[in-house]
Amino acid sequence: MALLEVDRLQTHFRTPDGVNRAVDGVSFSIEKGETLAVVGESGCGKSVTAMSIMRLIAEPPGKSAGEIRFEGRDLLKLSEKEMKKIRGDDISMIFQEPMTSLNPVLKVGRQIGESLRLHQGLDRGQAEDKAVEMLQLVGIPEPKRRAGEYPHQLSGGMRQRVMIAMALACSPKLLIADEPTTALDVTIQAQILDLMRDLKDRVGAAILIITHDLGVVAEVADRVVVMYAGRKVEEAPVRDLFAKPRHPYTRGLLGAVPKLGSSLEGKTEKLAEIPGIVPSLKTKIEGCVFAGRCPEAEDVCREFAPALEEKAPRHVAACHFSPREQEAAA
Amino acid sequence: MTAPLLEVNDLKMHFPIGGGLFGKLHKFVYAVDGLSFRVERGETLSLVGESGCGKSTVGRAILRLLKPTGGQVVLAGRRIDDMSSGVLRPIRRRVQVVFQDPFSSLNPRIRVRDALAEPINNFGLAKDKAELSRKLNMLMDKVGLPREALGRWPHEFSGGQRQRIGIARALAAEPDLIVCDEAVSALDVSVKAQIVNLLQELQQELGLALLFISHDLAIVEHMTHRVAVMYLGKIAEIGTKRQIFARPRHPYTEALLSAVPKPDPLAKRDRIMLKGDVPSPINPPSGCRFHTRCPYVFDRCRTEEPRLKEVERGHEAACHLNDRTAPENPLLSGGRA
Repeated sequence: MALLEVDRLQTHFRTPDGVNRAVDGVSFSIEKGETLAVVGESGCGKSVTAMSIMRLIAEPPGKSAGEIRFEGRDLLKLSEKEMKKIRGDDISMIFQEPMTSLNPVLKVGRQIGESLRLHQGLDRGQAEDKAVEMLQLVGIPEPKRRAGEYPHQLSGGMRQRVMIAMALACSPKLLIADEPTTALDVTIQAQILDLMRDLKDRVGAAILIITHDLGVVAEVADRVVVMYAGRKVEEAPVRDLFAKPRHPYTRGLLGAVPKLGSSLEGKTEKLAEIPGIVPSLKTKIEGCVFAGRCPEAEDVCREFAPALEEKAPRHVAACHFSPREQEAAA
Repeated sequence: MTAPLLEVNDLKMHFPIGGGLFGKLHKFVYAVDGLSFRVERGETLSLVGESGCGKSTVGRAILRLLKPTGGQVVLAGRRIDDMSSGVLRPIRRRVQVVFQDPFSSLNPRIRVRDALAEPINNFGLAKDKAELSRKLNMLMDKVGLPREALGRWPHEFSGGQRQRIGIARALAAEPDLIVCDEAVSALDVSVKAQIVNLLQELQQELGLALLFISHDLAIVEHMTHRVAVMYLGKIAEIGTKRQIFARPRHPYTEALLSAVPKPDPLAKRDRIMLKGDVPSPINPPSGCRFHTRCPYVFDRCRTEEPRLKEVERGHEAACHLNDRTAPENPLLSGGRA
């Protein structure tokens, strides 16, 4: 049994001008110790998916349907009290902006210790000691002194390390990281990605990383889910996805990112662009969600939504025109 | 030899901050501390560096949104850093800007038509209404927006479209130089590619010079001619794209390039990991400003500040290592290319 199974998740929001189908029937699973990346552009529903797993969607206006099974239990059916026991203990989360997700008036040691006291029943002194230990683990120099400081006294990179320390304090089985390095500079981003890889090996947590940066995906992920307009359009092991993307949107995304060094090899051609913009999620989309921007779209794409099919072993894509491996070979 | 379009000599921008009893003790943020470079006509120069290195402040000083505290800014042979705002006004036409956030850089209560007409009227670029409307239509064509969109409000557009409006507004003044301050950073991948292509096309068509301020090295490499790498208010290294990206001669550039995640799961990751954070520009380190994080640091770096020296034609770097030759200089022997 997989650690987490998201099954036909739908998260919709009621807005004054219609229902926003932010996530519209997304399924995927994460095995123990695995890193799954969810990629897509803004508005594709990747963050809402993460929030739905944590049950952080305010209801109303939001509403989640489908099933989210964590170790076999459906999180959507749990009471708020039961969910509180899971949050921060079995599943924890790192957010993009470390400044707004830390409490500015509490010392960081106390913030890290909070989940330990809550979930593991440590007393204040023990929690503080463990917090210092966690700060050491995430590579903060002088952890003892830093534990007694407030978030504003730390730099952006250090705050993100504190967030990671906090998330890992109770040794979660699943860590959800929502754009964990987007707000950081490249040299700091490199440090944090390195730290996450290293900690994953040591703590053994599965990671669900949400990002728009394909470079980050290539660095940390084992498997990748590509989302577009609230739906999953492709899923594959990371090497297969980069080597042989099967959905035109994924191909478009990969073509739109310049690779460092490529223009030096004399390949200064234009960047491949995906024409047009993401469709509104407030109108029900008939047919393929990408049809409006797809260079290969034909009438059938606008009429019938393509099903997610296994095009190659473990490689799933939703496209009418992407051939299956065996057919292509024949 | 004609003068370059833009010449910046020893530019300094120090911001005073309060401190001490009754604010008597003045400290300064040394945001930009002695910067020199040139931009030729039709060329793209990129300023790269991490947040807080002063790259945006340079852009603002050139636009004279800030009055530099030292040094010179020379635009086509005329000093503009000490001009009074009255004298400067007609010259402002020649340098325009595109900002990062297309949502906050357009006035939500002004229609696209009026936003674009403002610079044209302001600088008297249209004789009559017919010419104005011809120019407006042309601008929309240039940035790839439908002409009907002139009557719409900013909120009716997506992020990428708004950035097109921002570019059209900069073009309306018929400038020689556009400062792009993180102009594509806030955009999604697919839209970013559209805007990058648009900027390149416009540059070729109109012979514009661009000062491209960005932290995204892959985009910079794709579209720039020359690059200046900044660290804590100073230029660490400046040169052509090929020189900087293939043969960096400053350890900071080398580390910065190796830190960029490559969108390729099979890529080798021989990363130079920099320790710690960028130091504070209020209290910059002695000697070389990079010495606190430099993997090759030696004694001289802590005391003596390296000057920008030419290491090859058109390529300057500020690092003591470049006084040495091949085996003793890790920048030359390693070679990332």
